[in-house]
Amino acid sequence: MLSEEPIGRLMNGDAQLTNRIEIRNLYKIFGNDPRAALKRIEGGASKNSLLADTGNVLGVDNVSLGVPKGSISVIMGLSGSGKSTLARCVNRILEPDAGEILLDGEDITNVDIDKMRDIRRRRISMVFQNFGLLPTKSVIENVAFGLKLRGLGLRERHQKAGEVLEVVGLSQWASHLPEALSGGMRQRVGLARALATEADVLIMDEAFSALDPLIRSEMQEELLRLQSSLHKTVLFITHDFQEALRLGTQIAIMSDGALIREGAPQDIVRDPQSDYVAAFTRNVDRARLFDAQSIMLEGDQDGFTLCPSGKVTGWRAEDGADLSDDFTTVAPETKLIDIARAARPPRPIAVVDDAGRFCGSITHAALLAGMSGASDARHSATREGVRADV
Amino acid sequence: MFDMENYRIPLDHWIQQFVEWLAYNFRPVFLTIKWPVEELLNLIENSLLATPPLVFLIVFTGITLWIAGRGLAIFTAFALVLLMLIDIWPETMTTLALIATAIVICVLIGIPTGILCARSDATWRFVRPVLDIMQTTPSFVYLIPVVMLFGVGTVPGAVAVVIVAVPPLIRFTNLGIRMVDRELIEAGIAFGATDRQLLWEVQLPQALPTILGGLNQTVLLAMVMAVIVAMIGAEGLGLVVLQGLGRLDIGRAGVGGIGIVLVAIILDRLTQAIANRKHGKTKKPGGLRLAMRNLVRGGGADLAGTGEKGAQGN
Repeated sequence: MLSEEPIGRLMNGDAQLTNRIEIRNLYKIFGNDPRAALKRIEGGASKNSLLADTGNVLGVDNVSLGVPKGSISVIMGLSGSGKSTLARCVNRILEPDAGEILLDGEDITNVDIDKMRDIRRRRISMVFQNFGLLPTKSVIENVAFGLKLRGLGLRERHQKAGEVLEVVGLSQWASHLPEALSGGMRQRVGLARALATEADVLIMDEAFSALDPLIRSEMQEELLRLQSSLHKTVLFITHDFQEALRLGTQIAIMSDGALIREGAPQDIVRDPQSDYVAAFTRNVDRARLFDAQSIMLEGDQDGFTLCPSGKVTGWRAEDGADLSDDFTTVAPETKLIDIARAARPPRPIAVVDDAGRFCGSITHAALLAGMSGASDARHSATREGVRADV
Repeated sequence: MFDMENYRIPLDHWIQQFVEWLAYNFRPVFLTIKWPVEELLNLIENSLLATPPLVFLIVFTGITLWIAGRGLAIFTAFALVLLMLIDIWPETMTTLALIATAIVICVLIGIPTGILCARSDATWRFVRPVLDIMQTTPSFVYLIPVVMLFGVGTVPGAVAVVIVAVPPLIRFTNLGIRMVDRELIEAGIAFGATDRQLLWEVQLPQALPTILGGLNQTVLLAMVMAVIVAMIGAEGLGLVVLQGLGRLDIGRAGVGGIGIVLVAIILDRLTQAIANRKHGKTKKPGGLRLAMRNLVRGGGADLAGTGEKGAQGN
């Protein structure tokens, strides 16, 4: 079962143990009487009838979601879908009206304000769409903001802030005001501010949405780079499905306050399950999303010969032919676009893991099918089909 | 026939009785209010009058140079020399002391009140109509209860100045804090700010330019009122004008008027410069002549502004 969405497997199994944040049946209602509104909802009223009858808006509608430790979990939705509301409920900038939010297994929806403040200072930090930097304070003071609120002395907090500025590559801008920086640099400061508190959980609310496309993609790169060494638990809010695919280890799609689809990026694109989600996935660049293991014929040796340890020793075009080492090898997580670049038809493609063990083979037809999204690549491209095509 | 004259509400009588009742029963309260004003006023006035004019000129010009740049500093030096030469120096100092006292008290009352209003809609709902009434009531009207409750002289004058000058500061403080970007407030909360930290670290620094704009308004209103309170016996430049008018001594009234205009220009430019400096937009004066020309023109324009703001206050 190695090829079956390893990330998804990681997400779903042992959820209780690995989820840093666990949101359970969360509701948030905007209006003059959330309690009465909640009763109506429990009584089966819909979002629309609630709005029509009471004027209350159901912002978050019974959302349950786990955010695994060390993952980037993306909440994706169009404006008004409740994604930012949900994110603000997690650190209780907005108070949820019902449901639980477990941080490392502890429900934080009922903790008192002092405890909550401590959690915000040490365990959950946040990055904002328009950066949320204090314009009158220098870059380093902004980065040290959370530490100052925590009561750290000037020298200590500036030293820490200086280290984090180094990490995001803005050391030389420490004494400048934010207005001297470009958008991308400002958001690096915003990110540095969130990292400086050493909180494990980062809520990133449309963090890159205000940036130019090029800078945005640069910042996504930067986030992935930081994440590969810091392993924070990131709750990333975005309206951009491409961004969600690029960053997310898992994606939750929201619409009208409710969670309508949740899963690993490749799973969602492969099987949107609803027209609403399909509308987002239609134009996805599959070649850059899907990887080798999503299209390989698992364990299918397809002419490859293996030694007992599982390593590929060679390849035969047909039974009785000479053993050849003229074939392409790719790693299981190699993206299709890179496989396509490496492929030299008719040489076959072997998927080989880090230890050099054979995982499966990829046919060129499957590669094309996977990149075009014609249909499920694994099932359409049998070995026989390949022979006929190539 | 219905005869209006038979139906009359004796409101004037009631008001008189009410104020007399207040004055009679709450005398200790008003004395308590009066005491710090009197102490502060005396302190400032005595120090200003004890300072040799030349020392004051140098120090004040230096401060002006530091805050507002060369142009205003030169103007200030000329203006102060002129005030000395036309022989209204002590009156100018008294007026300055009156204004300074009023401003200090306005800041002490206005900014905290503004903060309270910004934090609580209930407070603002209560304060706002009070400010509306205060700002639409002609400032002459304040003189009557002030005289009844505090007596006549410079100290009651200072109280009247405070009453007239404080509303814009409350309004602007409230406005400035309420206008702070929601995302900045959220950032403060998200990083664990207490209410106090939020106020000092986020709200006040962001609101400061607006608050200083309010301070500018307050200073100008104080200037206007500092002249008007001459009618209840407050000393200073206003009294020079009032006496000149009383004796039909146009020359003397004119001299007082010129003094008022010069002080008003300096104070307005100075407080504007403070407000702008916090924006980080210190204007670098160009050529001396250009600076002077701008100053005279800007000062003239502001003088009109002063009158206008005064008129709004009245």
